[in-house]
Amino acid sequence: MANKLLSEMGLPKSIANIFAARNLITAKDVFSLTEFELMELLDVDLSVVTSAVSHISEITCPPYQTALSLLEQRGQNENMAGHLPTYLKGLDNALCGGIPFGVVTELVGPAGIGKTQFCLKLSLLASLPSSYGGLDGSVIYIDTESKFSSRRMIEIGFNSFPEVFHTEGMAQEMAGRILVLRPTSLSEFTDSLHKIKVSLFQHGVKLLIIDSMAALLSGDGVQGPQRQHSLGWHISFIKSVAEFSRIPVVVTNQVRSQSRDETSHYSFQEQSRVDTPEAATKLDSHLVAALGIHWSHAVSIRLIFESRSGQRFIKLAKSPLSPPLAFPFNITSSGISLLNDDGMEMQGPNIHAISCQGHNNVINFGSEMMH
Amino acid sequence: MEVSSLPISASQRAKLISAGYTTLSSLFSVSHSDIARDLEISENEALEILRLASQRRGSERSDGTSSIVNGAQSAWEMLNEEESLGRITTSCSELDDILGGGISCKEVTEIGGVPGIGKTQLGIQLAVNVQIPMDYGGLQGKAIYIDTEGSFMVERVLQIAEACFEDMRGYHGFLKRDLQTCQLNMQPKDFLENIIYFRVCSYTEQIAVVNYLEKFISEHKDVKVVIIDSITFHFRQDFDDMALRTRLLGGMALKLMKLAKKFTLAVVLLNQVTTKYTEGQYQLTLALGDSWSHSCTNRVILYWNGNERYAYIDKSPSVRSAAAPYAVTGRGIRSSVSNCKRVKMM
Repeated sequence: MANKLLSEMGLPKSIANIFAARNLITAKDVFSLTEFELMELLDVDLSVVTSAVSHISEITCPPYQTALSLLEQRGQNENMAGHLPTYLKGLDNALCGGIPFGVVTELVGPAGIGKTQFCLKLSLLASLPSSYGGLDGSVIYIDTESKFSSRRMIEIGFNSFPEVFHTEGMAQEMAGRILVLRPTSLSEFTDSLHKIKVSLFQHGVKLLIIDSMAALLSGDGVQGPQRQHSLGWHISFIKSVAEFSRIPVVVTNQVRSQSRDETSHYSFQEQSRVDTPEAATKLDSHLVAALGIHWSHAVSIRLIFESRSGQRFIKLAKSPLSPPLAFPFNITSSGISLLNDDGMEMQGPNIHAISCQGHNNVINFGSEMMH
Repeated sequence: MEVSSLPISASQRAKLISAGYTTLSSLFSVSHSDIARDLEISENEALEILRLASQRRGSERSDGTSSIVNGAQSAWEMLNEEESLGRITTSCSELDDILGGGISCKEVTEIGGVPGIGKTQLGIQLAVNVQIPMDYGGLQGKAIYIDTEGSFMVERVLQIAEACFEDMRGYHGFLKRDLQTCQLNMQPKDFLENIIYFRVCSYTEQIAVVNYLEKFISEHKDVKVVIIDSITFHFRQDFDDMALRTRLLGGMALKLMKLAKKFTLAVVLLNQVTTKYTEGQYQLTLALGDSWSHSCTNRVILYWNGNERYAYIDKSPSVRSAAAPYAVTGRGIRSSVSNCKRVKMM
């Protein structure tokens, strides 16, 4: 509504003409000026300006509703009351039924931990017919790291839903619903985002997966504040896609090691900065999400995949719906399976720590330290 | 008093000055038809100028003659008024204590913290708590929730409302013998009915909502809290002109402060954090820069201290800087378990 033209807002004719003559076309133009600047520019009285601005504000203001009507509306319109079940019982319970529609869910973890496996399973679930508990829709999978494996996906399908996949032609139909895009640069990625905006509505897309968000940005060699800035547009775009098409959006994120001078303290916190040997060794295993704090504000749900002493865990690090829980899991031929459904409640900021101990894939995180 | 202080259009002002009417007093000795002739404007316009001028003089005169400055309020009156004002409880007694009883009405309070610390949770909790009936020590008001991020989860509101309802019913049972008349006639669903939700998708809409609120609240007088979650989101994207951003934010802060004063309501702004490089190291600080930090009356920072969540009063004109632990539970914001054994039993 911000781009609605002033001429269509039902202002008195004479005033609308003055605005048009001074090249103030949209509400955005008007709100960028103060009332006194408007008085000077339009050459009218203060009372005229105030009444015009309040009229424009009223028209531009989005409609409101009560939380109750919001709840009722969501309940009526959506199957599963707005959640895509993961069929990992503990996780589904904690998230009130699965990955919620309309918000961005982020998966963070070291390479090889199982993020892509989780994404593959989710794509299958969204494409399954509703009689088997799926969403019966298409999936758009943006694969920036070239890690999507159709073979592995069909394998997960055969093992998790044998009754569906052993039916003649079903494997083909299921896999046919999953559309994979492989942008190789940030600008291509931006283009594909623009394209999918239209096709989301036309083709009944029920899930959008971006695996991963960080790869393109780190590839471009942009660092620091500039990198944050270039993300700004993508953040708002992805959020608005999620919200207006009411589909779940799942985005993966890489990890990098935390550099020494980065702290997570405010100036008022007395920080005993001990540089004991213990702290130094701790640094090796101390990982943080690759995209910074600006990005992590934007995601509504953050799942951390990590491994501690050889055991893999999924942690609910940020969720408005559930307490901080950690679920141990392993990867089987049918994808990810939880070892228990109760989860362990985590204390304090531990839930945000990403550890990578005893994880058999040895990755060289040192290269990131050079920056 | 110069004519340039009159709220009239630039061209009329120029005409007045070029015709020799430079001071307000020069306008009082002439009739509207004289002005119309001298300025070559219509008589109606001339009348309007005279009306504005006499208004201006009226206000000036009362300033001069009366011993008390017009529109001012003595500190004693303000103290009485402050004491009679309600406060919105956070459902965490330690946090209420350091805030001086809760989030105060008539003031703008900014709450910031790292992702996942519980900003939205606190926002939802306040939207529910503001509705606690007067009999239970609440404000019995409505809440306006302006969501800029899309992080408002209506299922979560229902959970918090149900917990609040249970607590009130427990309290009701406790009081029953003394207070026969005190009836609990609210249901959890009623809490949701009283939360008015705006979803804002750009900074233009955000400004429009803030402008429109004055009219909206004058039609819905029982609104007692306005929550913006978050003030930051749209202003952090796509702004090349930082001066424009600062000016727009400043204007919005002034309007919100005016709303808080005029309708005796609490304005709660949630803010994100960013890193700032000072004294050779990176530190966390609330977003939107230094000039924004002057805009709010109170500033509360939520942070991790060891394994506990803490709230710290960073800025407040009335209470001293202090920190208190709080917890985010399935039932909403509550006292931290380690300090309060009572919660443990639940």
